[in-house]
Amino acid sequence: MRKISDLFKKELKVINIGLSSFREGPEEVGVKVVQVDWRPPAASDEETMDALKKLLGSKK
Amino acid sequence: MVIKGIIKKGEYYDSVTLMLVARDVTKLEGVEDAAVVMGTEQNKSILETSGILLDMFKDAKDSDLLIAVKAKDESTANQAIQKVDELLKAKRSKSQEAGEYMPKSLEGALDFMPDANMVIISVAGKYAGDEAMKALEKGLHVMLFSDNVPIEKEIELKKYGRDQGLLVMGPDCGTAIINGVPLCFANVVNRGDIGIVAASGTGLQEVSSVITNEGSGISQAIGTGGRDVKKDVGGIMFMEGIKALEEDPETKYIVLVSKPPHPEVLKKVANLIKSEIKKPVVGIFLGGDPKVVEGAGAIPSNTLEEAGLIAASLSKGKSMDEFKKLLEDREKEILQIAEKESKNKTATQKYVRGLYTGGTLCDEAMLISRTIIGEVYGNAPINPDFKLENSWISKENSFVDLGEDEFTVGRPHPMIDFTLRNKKILDEVKDPEVAVILLDVVLGYGSNMQPGDELSPAIKQAREFAEKEGRNVTFICSITGTNKDPQDRKKVKEQLEDAGAIVMPSNAAAAKLASYIVKNIGGVR
Repeated sequence: MRKISDLFKKELKVINIGLSSFREGPEEVGVKVVQVDWRPPAASDEETMDALKKLLGSKK
Repeated sequence: MVIKGIIKKGEYYDSVTLMLVARDVTKLEGVEDAAVVMGTEQNKSILETSGILLDMFKDAKDSDLLIAVKAKDESTANQAIQKVDELLKAKRSKSQEAGEYMPKSLEGALDFMPDANMVIISVAGKYAGDEAMKALEKGLHVMLFSDNVPIEKEIELKKYGRDQGLLVMGPDCGTAIINGVPLCFANVVNRGDIGIVAASGTGLQEVSSVITNEGSGISQAIGTGGRDVKKDVGGIMFMEGIKALEEDPETKYIVLVSKPPHPEVLKKVANLIKSEIKKPVVGIFLGGDPKVVEGAGAIPSNTLEEAGLIAASLSKGKSMDEFKKLLEDREKEILQIAEKESKNKTATQKYVRGLYTGGTLCDEAMLISRTIIGEVYGNAPINPDFKLENSWISKENSFVDLGEDEFTVGRPHPMIDFTLRNKKILDEVKDPEVAVILLDVVLGYGSNMQPGDELSPAIKQAREFAEKEGRNVTFICSITGTNKDPQDRKKVKEQLEDAGAIVMPSNAAAAKLASYIVKNIGGVR
């Protein structure tokens, strides 16, 4: 079965990365939201980022 | 005038929080301009354009907070900077007081809530794609609000999502309603049996609101972001969304909302509908040929309102004849109001000025108006020959989308902050050629929470100004939203009507009324 159809049957549980105002809509209808205290990566230098990703073994 | 600034290294706040703080500080006596931004290259170039890029900001990083204030003297500037500090501290302590645990990463959030199934991402575009991929790799569905995600990344995310059976809504997806839960800029709608797939955020809001206001409801509303139906992405999520609604037992009818998809994408969508979709499909491809929709095996509609009304009629078991009768009645009513409003105009008054906060609503209004009054000017016109030389200066019949970049750089979106449009209203009414001012109001989460309180005084003031000059200017508003929205459509409608505006049931109806008035008084091109 498709996971999208599964989602439609489940209770929504949300992780919010970014604008904290986007918590309001889901929370207002009783949905649990975990807000991530996101910050931009310290190194904004592209090469360092790519090297980091390689080191951490992330897919892309 | 003095310009003063400070850098706070490693202090991060989201852009909406910062813009609202900057707005509050700009209102202080003696302060001419204030910017509170993260030190990204884009923000630095905005500061440069505004003439407040201090030397010390030039080496700032994305993770540094920059505060710049232009004020009448040094002590006012220092006080303003201190005020920024206070406001930010107040915001931070609010969430700390709540004693809330805020993990630093997606992984941390998953430790805290292992059964999470949806991630909303609204960080800067260059980071958002990687965050989305991380979420998909963990088996989570994604709502990607962020703009400026590279197209290659979008394709990669959507192919991966499709292969894993996961939703990838966006990038640049403003609205979705999943399991009755409003996500980002969404309205509080009835639950029901109508499913929507939309490549346009405000288009989705208008259709889902019309359906709710008609007493029907929404099962799921899936946003894809506008680029999904272009050639490069090839409609990946648009089609996955349609398939998901076909499988969903709660969905009995499907509505597709988009600007015209690329012909190749349209062909794929048509093939999908013909071969796999048994449920009735209603399509609104704004500006596209309704015959193409029909050819795809779907019921065509001319406006967002019509798409919503057809779906609501189907859901209530009404016939298409009954629907057509409803539309005819509404049309008659519009003509009657137009007749009345055309009578009280002076000889100089000929034109309409549309001031829009929703891009799709502006597009729809222009598409409707050009069929009644001829080509209209705009900052993003349908006919490129009618592009305003200066977006700030309207001429003849003009429709301006205030959500376009030239208006939004460095300030909150006009759906959130009404300051700019209220100023434009007062400017437009000074023009003796203006007969009608057309405004959209978009309710729901994420939008301005007191639209009636903030827009009504501007309408009232503008009408009074015109009256003193011996002119009656007709204000026409549409409200995209429902009575269940936190702003309450009924309340906002009353407030706008008290200010002297005519409130129409939809964006399309408002645009029609404005155009018929202009036609009656001779403002046709």
